[in-house]
Amino acid sequence: MSNKVTKRTFDAVIVGAGGAGLRAALQLSEAGLKTAVLSKVFPTRSHTVAAQGGVAASLGNTTEDNWHWHMYDTVKGSDWLGDQDSIEFMVRKANEVVVELEHYGMPFDRTDNGKIYQRPFGGHSQNYGKSPVMRSCAAADRTGHAMLHALYQRNVRAHTQFFVEWMALDLLRDASGNVLGVTALELETGEVSIFHAKATIFATGGSGRIYYSSTNAFINTGDGVGMAARAGIPLEDMEFWQFHPTGVAGAGVLITEGVRGEGGILRNGGGERFMERYAPNLKDLASRDVVSRSMVTEINEGRGCGPDKDHVMLDITHLSPEVIMKRLPGIREISIRFAGVDPIKAPIPVVPTCHYQMGGIPTNYKGQVVVPKFGNADTPVPGFYAAGECACASVHGANRLGTNSLLDLLVFGKAAGESVVDDFRAGNLELKPLPEDVADRTLARLDRLETQRDGSSVNDVRLAMQRTMQKHAGVFRFKDLLKEGVEKILKVAGDARYTQIGDKSKVWNTARQEALELDNLIEVAKATMVSAEARKESRGAHVRDDAVDTPEHPNGRDDTNWLKHTLWFSADNHLEYKPVRLKPMSSDVEPIALAKRTY
Amino acid sequence: MRWQCRRALLELDLVLSRFLARHFDRLDAAQLADFEDLLRCDDYELWPMINGSQACEVARWQEMIALLRQC
Repeated sequence: MSNKVTKRTFDAVIVGAGGAGLRAALQLSEAGLKTAVLSKVFPTRSHTVAAQGGVAASLGNTTEDNWHWHMYDTVKGSDWLGDQDSIEFMVRKANEVVVELEHYGMPFDRTDNGKIYQRPFGGHSQNYGKSPVMRSCAAADRTGHAMLHALYQRNVRAHTQFFVEWMALDLLRDASGNVLGVTALELETGEVSIFHAKATIFATGGSGRIYYSSTNAFINTGDGVGMAARAGIPLEDMEFWQFHPTGVAGAGVLITEGVRGEGGILRNGGGERFMERYAPNLKDLASRDVVSRSMVTEINEGRGCGPDKDHVMLDITHLSPEVIMKRLPGIREISIRFAGVDPIKAPIPVVPTCHYQMGGIPTNYKGQVVVPKFGNADTPVPGFYAAGECACASVHGANRLGTNSLLDLLVFGKAAGESVVDDFRAGNLELKPLPEDVADRTLARLDRLETQRDGSSVNDVRLAMQRTMQKHAGVFRFKDLLKEGVEKILKVAGDARYTQIGDKSKVWNTARQEALELDNLIEVAKATMVSAEARKESRGAHVRDDAVDTPEHPNGRDDTNWLKHTLWFSADNHLEYKPVRLKPMSSDVEPIALAKRTY
Repeated sequence: MRWQCRRALLELDLVLSRFLARHFDRLDAAQLADFEDLLRCDDYELWPMINGSQACEVARWQEMIALLRQC
């Protein structure tokens, strides 16, 4: 079958043109490698655009700072699940990648003396947690947007070859496991091509659309993560997802914490101000995790709002209309548009909302994808690299600090690019022959979609998946719900094998594209649910009702049994574990010793 | 053009998908051309025009912006 498919040959193919993909591409193109970048959407419409906060770097322009403090904050933020060699690498590279970006024309905010202005951000500190530090380099509230434009322009200058509106479908490997490139669909024509390359870099971003309530754009369907899983690459630490307590129910758009700061009150289905029971002192102003857990407990115990009792209400009707119009005009606009209620007159339906994926395709700090092989937990897969939210280096561990995500994609996008260039120059990368049947799996997937009869609707399956994930593997997790969730998600995954589309046209067939995206999402959903059910402790963003704070297990964390990374394998849905790399990269850097995570 | 409605910002995804459901099939050729033109804008140009925090200064986009504001 594969003989029918057009073949294109490159030194390297990069899938994804957000921050990580563009940063990697730049490294390759400037080194003279023939590089193809595939993207479902125009590069500057990648979800990196939505990142507002900034990029962390210990430049010390406004307050004293150094990378040792940044490393401590990141390890602590990760609840000690982050690999300390990768974290050391990232924080030590931070200044370099930020200054490079400045030279590419990134319009950072400035201090009076012309240096990059830095602002404080949650979780970042001076002196190992003693006081807040100003570490975030930002371009107003559009840092991701400005970054993407600067990187795109630089790539155009470097003659990177873009394949825009191409969707990668499957990762290609030979019998020895070497990665040979990808198959991809040109959305405009419906034609499938093989992108045959010496090196393949995945930079496909997050997969937040597995949840019913998600801040992620529709494009965040975990394409790289799904492709890797189907090709036999295990997924690491997929149980760890960052949530925000107040997204508009049914839409996901964020309602800023400032609303509760202005006096907003959370109410359950009975109109009760339930936070008084969970946090008698701070009430609605308790920390994100406490508020999220309380909301979920209300919903799970049948005290939610709406016909499905699946959300709670954020009430600001007691504030005067003048205050709302003056201090919260944007929130009023969002509520009217996305919840259909004017918060002056009625409360806003809200629910904890998925925001960021900490796990992903396992890599080392060089951006090489690593798997357990030959007795080594971290053996590189020849020809395969990954960076950004789709990858797990692992720098965020069980919980990511704000502004470390843009840093992650710059540092590891560049590192993956550098690794390819180094391997290329050392003669370690060659164009390995394509097996005759290399594209058969892709063609069989497409053929099944063409011919499926009496199948399931893509929308129905996606919704079932999203509802299952939201209820059974949300921000607060319950032993019995997780168990039930595994059964449910496997059933949904069964239905996903028989999706059917009405529109069979070849050109710009969005129904086909959405069915293919669902194939990727479902891999991520299974990985998340199975990994979460198995991890019998609370750590970072993974919080279980049966692993609570005790003197022996602070915050429910069990380092004796669970200080290890999860690896989920798609083929037979089994789990393995590998040790956390607690030793920093450099022999003269002291490891950050285990401690209780408190702020 | 439906694929061009896949954006970087969730807010735009939501508004544009409602627009596709409510208005897209009834657009005439001139309106389609205006809409296609509008979709070439950056997300941070488009969203402020739709949420009303910035005025739309291109006369021929105003009809589409008015429809989008209702979505």
